[in-house]
Amino acid sequence: MKTLQEIQKIREEKRKELDLRVNTKLDTREKHILVCQGTGCTSSNSPEILETFRKILKEKKIENVRVIKTGCFGLCAKGPIVIIRPEDTFYAMVKPEDCEEIIEKHIINGEVVQRLLCKDIDGKKVQNLDELTFYKKQKRIALKNCGVINPEDIDEYIAFDGYKALEKVLTSMTQDEVIDEITKSGLRGRGGAGFPTGKKWAFTKASEADQKYVVCNADEGDPGAFMDRSLLEGDPHSVIEAMMIAAYSIGANKGYIYVRAEYPIAVKRLQIAIDQAKEYGIIGKNIFDTGFDFDIEIRLGAGAFVCGEETALLESIEGKRGQPRVKPPFPAVSGLWGKPTLINNVETYANITRIILNGADWYSSIGTENSKGTKVFALGGNVNNIGLVEVPMGTTLREIVFDIGGGIPNKREFKAAQTGGPSGGCIPAKYLDTPIDYESLKEIGSMMGSGGMIIMDDTKCMVNLSKFYLEFTVSESCGKCNPCRIGTKRMLEILEKLCNGKGTLEDIDKLEKLGHNIIKSSVCGLGQTAPNPVLSSLKYFRDEFEEHAVDKNCRTKECKAISKIMIDPEKCKACGLCQKVCPVNAIKGEAREKREIDQSKCIECGTCLASCPFKAIG
Amino acid sequence: MGEKLINLTIDNKKVSVPAGTTVLEAARTVGIDIPTLCFLKEINEVGDCRVCLVEIEGRRGFATSCIQKVEEGMVVHTNTKDVLEARKVVLDLIISNHKVECLTCVRSGNCELQDIAKKFNITGLEFEGERIEHEIDDESPSIVRDFNKCILCRRCVATCKKVQKVGAIETINRGFEACVSTVDNKSLNDVNCTFCGQCIQNCPTGALHEKDSTGEVWRKLKDEDVYVIAQTAPAVRAALGEEFGMEVGTNVTGKMVTALKELGFDKVFDTNTGADFTIMEEANELIERIQNGGTLPMITSCSPGWVKYIEMNYPDQLAHVSSCKSPHEMFGALLKTYYAKKEGIDPAKIFVVSVMPCIAKKFERQRTEMQNDGMYDVDAVITTRELARMIKQGNIDFVKLEDSEFDNPMGEATGAAAIFGTTGGVMEAALRTAQDTLTGKDLEEIDFKEVRGGKGIKKATVKIGDKEIKVVAASGLANAQEIMEEIKSGKADYQFVEIMACPGGCIMGGGQPIKKSKERLDKDIRKLRADCLYSIDEKSKIRKSHENPVVKKIYKEFLEKPGSHVAHDLLHTTYVKREKYK
Repeated sequence: MKTLQEIQKIREEKRKELDLRVNTKLDTREKHILVCQGTGCTSSNSPEILETFRKILKEKKIENVRVIKTGCFGLCAKGPIVIIRPEDTFYAMVKPEDCEEIIEKHIINGEVVQRLLCKDIDGKKVQNLDELTFYKKQKRIALKNCGVINPEDIDEYIAFDGYKALEKVLTSMTQDEVIDEITKSGLRGRGGAGFPTGKKWAFTKASEADQKYVVCNADEGDPGAFMDRSLLEGDPHSVIEAMMIAAYSIGANKGYIYVRAEYPIAVKRLQIAIDQAKEYGIIGKNIFDTGFDFDIEIRLGAGAFVCGEETALLESIEGKRGQPRVKPPFPAVSGLWGKPTLINNVETYANITRIILNGADWYSSIGTENSKGTKVFALGGNVNNIGLVEVPMGTTLREIVFDIGGGIPNKREFKAAQTGGPSGGCIPAKYLDTPIDYESLKEIGSMMGSGGMIIMDDTKCMVNLSKFYLEFTVSESCGKCNPCRIGTKRMLEILEKLCNGKGTLEDIDKLEKLGHNIIKSSVCGLGQTAPNPVLSSLKYFRDEFEEHAVDKNCRTKECKAISKIMIDPEKCKACGLCQKVCPVNAIKGEAREKREIDQSKCIECGTCLASCPFKAIG
Repeated sequence: MGEKLINLTIDNKKVSVPAGTTVLEAARTVGIDIPTLCFLKEINEVGDCRVCLVEIEGRRGFATSCIQKVEEGMVVHTNTKDVLEARKVVLDLIISNHKVECLTCVRSGNCELQDIAKKFNITGLEFEGERIEHEIDDESPSIVRDFNKCILCRRCVATCKKVQKVGAIETINRGFEACVSTVDNKSLNDVNCTFCGQCIQNCPTGALHEKDSTGEVWRKLKDEDVYVIAQTAPAVRAALGEEFGMEVGTNVTGKMVTALKELGFDKVFDTNTGADFTIMEEANELIERIQNGGTLPMITSCSPGWVKYIEMNYPDQLAHVSSCKSPHEMFGALLKTYYAKKEGIDPAKIFVVSVMPCIAKKFERQRTEMQNDGMYDVDAVITTRELARMIKQGNIDFVKLEDSEFDNPMGEATGAAAIFGTTGGVMEAALRTAQDTLTGKDLEEIDFKEVRGGKGIKKATVKIGDKEIKVVAASGLANAQEIMEEIKSGKADYQFVEIMACPGGCIMGGGQPIKKSKERLDKDIRKLRADCLYSIDEKSKIRKSHENPVVKKIYKEFLEKPGSHVAHDLLHTTYVKREKYK
């Protein structure tokens, strides 16, 4: 048990000790080697790097240097990442065998290991994290502590103003004042739908009951999304603290974090954080001597996508089959075991302490008119800098893809960005300059979603992509309601037909009709958004669908069944080389005539493609 | 529901209904009939099927009218172009995943999906695609499950879990592969199913139905060497008419007897006579237990679903269960012994068909305990529904039939036996006899109204002479469980407990005519059928089992007295500890 004074003491002393983490100009003989222990870096051996550093330091009896495990720095594509503080030297794709050199050169001799530096988009090597274009346009609010502190040490969290917001709330603010502050900040739910957070809190507070609950939805399920995971791995206390603030303001004293069992590191660090907070008396009875009690439990999800839907999540916490409930009543009125329950997503919670400490005005000064603050995106797909980015609302897609993301690899064209995962849609190149916020994404047929952003180049077939997302929703539908259970399956079957060259134009109409009706008639958000990827692709890439249906051709050749090899008459110079190499004599044309492929004979072996000096065959 | 009235508009009609009413119910008060499929009042209000969708002004997406409560000033549209299209798409989707074989389906003509398809003028398959083939489970003696016809409304799951608290079935798998199944996808025969058949009663399609025995009965009827006897349970006469369009609760005893005779049964007897024997034995057993310090409370044993339930769930409490066989088994045993001897018929040639409101009776019939001299007491059980099918097959215009009487000498029965078919009835009948036996008088106060009515648990203290007896009648297995927990924990101070597996008793049995969810909203089916039985009782000349002349005669000539050695051999049985899962 620690008193407020003791915690304040830890904060001051520890903060001094950790100043080198954030102050690059600090004149100190101490150094901290930060090694990312997020999931990405961990899977490429970063724990071994951490150990190797420690071993070498011990062997060489080097003092004043500490090796620290941190959460995700964001630039996962360049992992494992090692950063040396205070000078903020950024080493990318480090291997355990590089540790010796880093210690020898950098730590002992003060030289930068040039070969391990990261290249920016322009090809120049960059020494500091902040110099990378990847970071320049970012604004880290939710991710503030990720990559800065050791997530397994509560003192480090406290050093960077941890539990200060809770203290402020418990000792100097009424429940309504807290809710007003959150409302004024303009924060909206980061889980996908963007419901105003303050309003949700106010509704839950207004429900009278002998027991209320706060729940953290950490059941991140979109393919390619890892925002919440990284947040929990890098800064678990910020989520716990925010849940306590929420609990205080709505009148709850019990919290549940529903997190996927597939996130073992996040689960472990959350548990460590809870245990440490309990040890300090931050979680428990009569917290900070204010009369406020709070207890929290972790509940593991078994990886069902639908359990990210709030009412299905509640069912799952109650130990039942993860299936949504029909709303209303909303959880604010009847949630866990029928009691008023506040459910927010991880990233939403991660903003709370910042708002309480810096004020609603500060927060609402960031972002667009109706979407305040920042949004974390998990950037993936055909983009150079795959990783975790946090940008102010209103940043354009172009800035994310071409500046932060470093553009499209292999000199290919940008074709579309998929946001919102299986609930979202595809944004074509013509909307690259749209400032991203909740409304603008919805207007162009996608949605914010939880923050997955997958970039596609021109080698991607939109029909095939739609099929991919539908396959996901079909297998993740809980099966409760007919439109989702049978409807998405029928949609998928039509897409399969199209990809196999068996579809017709009527099928495309049917696809649309089904999609619109599934959206309107499904029970929960899963079904109500499942057709979005298909419908948005149809909206912007209808010609590709029609090509599959009428010409039985997939221009990207992703749909193998209808990937015809064709000779572009504009590029063909009638050299005849292709004709000579074709093993089945499928290429027609006399000398000096442009050649054509007889599709009935072609076996799609691809020999001609390689033979053409003019790249006319594709 | 509260007292407060809520005003709203549905399809431009002004509606005022009590707070707490659903939009669906409110609409029905002004003649707007919103279709439903998964909805089952108070049992399954989950909004799964999406057929009852409506539009509410100012609200995003459609609302589920079966769940959505009315709100002041709400403006509802039930038939806009969008709603109709969405509803039609949902239906087309359901049908695309349904084994459409209406002509050969047992539920053809009484199928809620068929009704809606007709209502929506569905004339073809809008969507076609994969349909998962499910193996038909017909291993049990009582229930056939054909999930190729299941529309996943989950009315059966809710019934089994909530009404009966048995939980033999649950949804498994996800998405398109979701289906209702049992533990480890075993046959219903191998799990904790009690064969109460309430799931069948609540299935809107042909996915669940009874194991049909009419084929076998027809064969025996056509076989001249077999002496086929029918006996009919009390509850059948209160419901059979419904299968022919007659009002719920019409007493069709006379027509039923005529129909059975026309079908070719050699004799048509009344299980009610058997019920009078059950009362004789059961009242005697109760008195003995009370007087000799036997295990109390004594619990009735007429309901085979209940017996299977206690064998599986409370095997250590089996001593409480009366050792009496159920009425039709007692009666079957008497037919093959006393009656066969008296009439000079080789009992091996007798084929006893019980017409029952129950599908668990099909299971009970083939229990090894239900035999005498290597012969089963009863050879086939057909349900009320199966009898109706036979009558239709037999070209019999049921409604126009004249009445006839049960055959003698085993056709006489009392009013006490008639009320066996409803919850509280066995209790009341037994109390009438116990009362006279204990006081040695012919008492006139014989209506025990405390144990009548539709409540799931009815407790009463009955004064017999100078003795007070505490009794309770429970129907529905969830209620049975509540009573059993009381007994098990030693908190129960009853002497006599009546339990029936089906909520409301046999009149609501799993073999009775299936009522569509909509009709069940309009009528109190249980009450109408129960009233029919109480009215038979009231009109009966003899209303106490021990005064039945046939009973008296057979005890005199054959059984000696209740609880005698012969009676024990023929009319009593034993129970076993039964594993829930094989």
